[in-house]
Amino acid sequence: MSVGLNHFLALSAILFSLGIYAVLTRKNAIQVLMGIELILNSANINFIAFARYGNFGFSGQIISLFVIILAAAEAAIALAIVLNIYKQFSTVNVDEIDGLKE
Amino acid sequence: MTTYDFIFYLFAAITIISAFIVVAARNIIYSAFSLLFTFFGVAGIYVLLNADFIAVVQVIIYVGGILVLIIFGVMLTNKITNVEIKTESIHVLPSTIITGLIGGALVAVLTKTKWRINEPVNVEKSVLEIGRYLVTHYMILFELAGIILLVALIGSVMIARKEKVQIEEVEK
Repeated sequence: MSVGLNHFLALSAILFSLGIYAVLTRKNAIQVLMGIELILNSANINFIAFARYGNFGFSGQIISLFVIILAAAEAAIALAIVLNIYKQFSTVNVDEIDGLKE
Repeated sequence: MTTYDFIFYLFAAITIISAFIVVAARNIIYSAFSLLFTFFGVAGIYVLLNADFIAVVQVIIYVGGILVLIIFGVMLTNKITNVEIKTESIHVLPSTIITGLIGGALVAVLTKTKWRINEPVNVEKSVLEIGRYLVTHYMILFELAGIILLVALIGSVMIARKEKVQIEEVEK
């Protein structure tokens, strides 16, 4: 069976589930962020796979470019927030951070 | 099995195995570094899908930018005296079940569906085409992305900087 659209979709589905697993299970906030990056990557694979096999021209590629841009912005802001949390609580474990104020 | 198939399976294996290490490793540094291989594998997948420009952007922004940022985050949010930066997992069993259900349903639906496939056309000069699209069809989106990046830049600096005002008040 030669590689077609389904293979790419299955790959992105697996990557998506791994990302969900990371978001659900990891304690460290930074690893939750890594899970979000995995999810965004799997979405990008879907966009580009459909752009190629659906013959939609370059729209899919450009949308995935914007996804990458938003991922960069999201990572920067999220890490700034995580640094602030670490300054406040001296930990970044998401299950121990349960107060709005110290 | 053609060369294309072989390369696809190679990159898919790299991506999935390293993504698995990302979610399963106990040491967070191992996680961060295997995220590197995941991003490279995904970049290879993009090349296979005729998206060479996106692949290069992926390597530059993800590997060169986001990953370095994440490793900085790891370093800054752990006590340096700890050599081993461990982390734990919670709710492993229910999450495994939920993830298995989501992944199984997604794979089943995506592979069972009969997608209408148009034969892919091989376009040369994809960078030229993407550049042309960015300043015509997607111009508003392009400008908006610039504004979003500026806002993110200012916002993250504002959030992460030290509170100078409070220190001055204490000194007075």
